[in-house]
Amino acid sequence: MAISNTQALGKSPKPGAFRFKLPAEARIFMVLLGVALIFELLGWIFVGQSFIANKERLIVMILQVSVIGIIAVGVTQIIIMGGIDLSSGSVVALTAMVSASLAQTSDFARAVFPTLTDLPVIAPLAAGLLVGLVCGLINGTVIAKTAIPPFIATLGVMVTARGMAKWYTQGEPISMLSDNYAAIGAGINPVIIFLVTALVFHIILSYTRYGKYTYAIGANRAAARVAGINVNRHLILVYTVAGLLSGLAGVVTSARAVSGQAGMGMMYELDAIAAAVIGGTSLNGGLGKITGTVIGTLILGTMTSGFTFLRIDAYYQEIVKGIIIVVAVVADQYRQRNRRS
Amino acid sequence: MLSLAPEKPLTTALSQPPVAAQQLLIDVQGVRKAFPGVVALDDVSFRLRAGSVHALMGENGAGKSTLMKILAGVYTPDQGVYRLHGREIALTSPLDALENGIAMIHQELNLMPFMSIAENIWIRREPLNRFGLIDHARMYQMTRELFAQLSIELDPQAKVASLSISSRQMVEIARAVSYNSDVLIMDEPTSALTEHEVAHLFRIVRMLREQGKGIIYITHKMNELFEIADEVSVFRDGHFIGCKQVEQLSHDEVIRMMVGREITEMFPKTIVPIGEVALEVSHLTLDGVFHDVSFSLRQGEILGVAGLIGSGRSNVAETLFGVSPASSGQIRINGQPVTIDSPRTAMQHGMAFLTEDRKDTGCFLSLSIQENMQISVLGGDNLQAGFVRQQALDAMCEAMSGTLRVKTPNLDERIENLSGGNQQKVLIGRWLLTNPKILILDEPTRGIDVGAKAEIHKLICKLAGQGVAVIMISSELPEVLGMSDRIMVMHEGRVTGIVDRADATQVSIMTLAAG
Ligand SMILES: Nc1ncnc2c1ncn2[C@@H]1O[C@H](COP(=O)(O)OP(=O)(O)OP(=O)(O)O)[C@@H](O)[C@H]1O
Ligand SMILES: [Mg+2]
Repeated sequence: MAISNTQALGKSPKPGAFRFKLPAEARIFMVLLGVALIFELLGWIFVGQSFIANKERLIVMILQVSVIGIIAVGVTQIIIMGGIDLSSGSVVALTAMVSASLAQTSDFARAVFPTLTDLPVIAPLAAGLLVGLVCGLINGTVIAKTAIPPFIATLGVMVTARGMAKWYTQGEPISMLSDNYAAIGAGINPVIIFLVTALVFHIILSYTRYGKYTYAIGANRAAARVAGINVNRHLILVYTVAGLLSGLAGVVTSARAVSGQAGMGMMYELDAIAAAVIGGTSLNGGLGKITGTVIGTLILGTMTSGFTFLRIDAYYQEIVKGIIIVVAVVADQYRQRNRRS
Repeated sequence: MLSLAPEKPLTTALSQPPVAAQQLLIDVQGVRKAFPGVVALDDVSFRLRAGSVHALMGENGAGKSTLMKILAGVYTPDQGVYRLHGREIALTSPLDALENGIAMIHQELNLMPFMSIAENIWIRREPLNRFGLIDHARMYQMTRELFAQLSIELDPQAKVASLSISSRQMVEIARAVSYNSDVLIMDEPTSALTEHEVAHLFRIVRMLREQGKGIIYITHKMNELFEIADEVSVFRDGHFIGCKQVEQLSHDEVIRMMVGREITEMFPKTIVPIGEVALEVSHLTLDGVFHDVSFSLRQGEILGVAGLIGSGRSNVAETLFGVSPASSGQIRINGQPVTIDSPRTAMQHGMAFLTEDRKDTGCFLSLSIQENMQISVLGGDNLQAGFVRQQALDAMCEAMSGTLRVKTPNLDERIENLSGGNQQKVLIGRWLLTNPKILILDEPTRGIDVGAKAEIHKLICKLAGQGVAVIMISSELPEVLGMSDRIMVMHEGRVTGIVDRADATQVSIMTLAAG
């Protein structure tokens, strides 16, 4: 069958006067700039210095949200696919514990595994990623093979993984980690890891079949199946990828803190979801961009460091953050509706 | 102005004295509506008389649905005057329109699948008991009364998800009628109905006309126009071409007004050499849905499938394609027995399946036309080192939408913004791109205008000529009769006959379809 040989029956009309539409990311970027400018202004008024023109502050700002950003790259894909993942924060804790326990030096008498000290750095790294991957695999398999909705399935993994993180050392923190391991989280390495991850998945989502299928499933799952996509397999794959990224986030977290603690990553799942949603990913599925999520993450970071800069109480920070998230979701709904009229 | 208060029995509500026949219900003038990149309507006028059926015709993307959405408060026009009962009005929402006595049945179905039929019909108007809670018994009773009046036989408590697409359409119609509004807009209501239900719908429409209501009726089917409409307004590319009394018009004149040129052949069937058996189905059964379906299909052959609501036509197609795998029976492709447990495996065997409901199982509404069209060919040659070869795909989709005449400023536009008929063309394009050996089409020309329809028929014949085996389900008897080499007729989940082209007539098919 050669359609191209068929004579074209007519040209599709191309009316001129195409109204220029800003891409969604551009609008989110404006929001980021707006937030930064507000802090700049308040900075001059209340603190008497510039908020933006301070390299250290900018680096710290990105550093503190890098881990959230790494998680958000995975969570964005899940939300685009029409799902949700509540387990990421707990997975960070569990991975942090497991990988830290394999990164201890022999100088320490009370190591978790006294026979497994001074391992090459690849060991804790691989173990951490594996733990994340397995958690994601469990999420994906339960969601694909049963009728349990993602919210509940990942809630189960969230509680279980947190419990396992505590059980792992009976709540004891793990310390005395090797320098090589600590190097993973040192300096601006977390930022680099975050940006590289984001870039890689931006490319994957835009230019590979994996990406196209992710959007299609989120846009219309039944139609995706009829179009020949193995929906269940793809669900498992995407949840696994997100788990892997949570695992990576756990490794970075423990390396940066040079310790593993069962309380790590608390509520990170919500920050990651917030970053994605603020960045324009629709909770209805089928819509979203990694670039948007990166900007969303930076908006969260700017707010946190802005409040700190203005010496505003942490409590207020959370209140404002909550409001911003709701506003972002409302804005999404509004956009969806507006498109139709 | 919801005149149908729950406590008022329907019979009295629906039999109010007719309004003076010549009274103008709706009078719009100089309406303009633009979307980014397209002017959907430009200086359009339209008037609707009470007690008449006013048909709207025009090619896909002519602006019919857009105008109706303006009348029903979904869109606000950029320019123009809208008079209702002679008073100028600016509607703010569909709800506002309903309260002003304008109800609309949209081109795509809008029911909530996991709610009952009754809940769907009376949503926002549920009868309450004295505790202020919903009185379900009364609601079912009201639904039964409504259905009795419209002669619809459906269980008010059934979930919409369990209904066939045509039954859903009947529920939509009943819901619109239940508002007892002065103006009822129907956007291609019959595209999902079989002849039998079309006749039923027409009885309802005539009853409403008797009651002095104004009905706007969009259709692409010429015979319906002459059967039901009093007046017709024709649109082309966002412009109003003319409004005529139907008696003064001939078939050809309408087409000329619509497309601005002649269309000679309606079903350009070409007889092509029939090859080997491509598909052989024996005793195929899906428990509780259809039983013991057997037929064979050869390369180059077009097998039409006819039947009424609930005859199981679409279910057989779904099972062949692995959407809902068979409970028993055998499928052979090119002589080899195969197990088809998912659409994916069906595609690996060279099958393609255009589904009946483009909104539910066809379109990815939030994605672009391009992404919708290419989704089933993201493999093989179109992948290079794991990356999608976007340029090659772009070129393929560009060519395909040229062939199918998809009307859009560019392929990056969201499919949601296309007119219904153009969405259908994109989905046809999706499956043609897969180069199928066995092509299953469920209502292929649903919502497609006369001109494009003839072209799609030509295309199907051309594919058959290249050895593709085609199964074509259609509710339009002329289409089935005109295109098929053989026609399989189903009734209540069983095959009641397979008729050769030479022996098939409207009557013989209808008799078999009635069981
Ligand atoms: N929301 C929208 N955004 C952008 N363009 C739109 C939108 N709605 C409609 N259009 C465009 O306006 C034109 C008219 O569309 P409309 O749906 O009114 O056509 P129609 O006459 O109903 O066609 P059909 O017979 O295929 O249903 C089309 O070119 C369509 O692409
Ligand atoms: Mg339309």
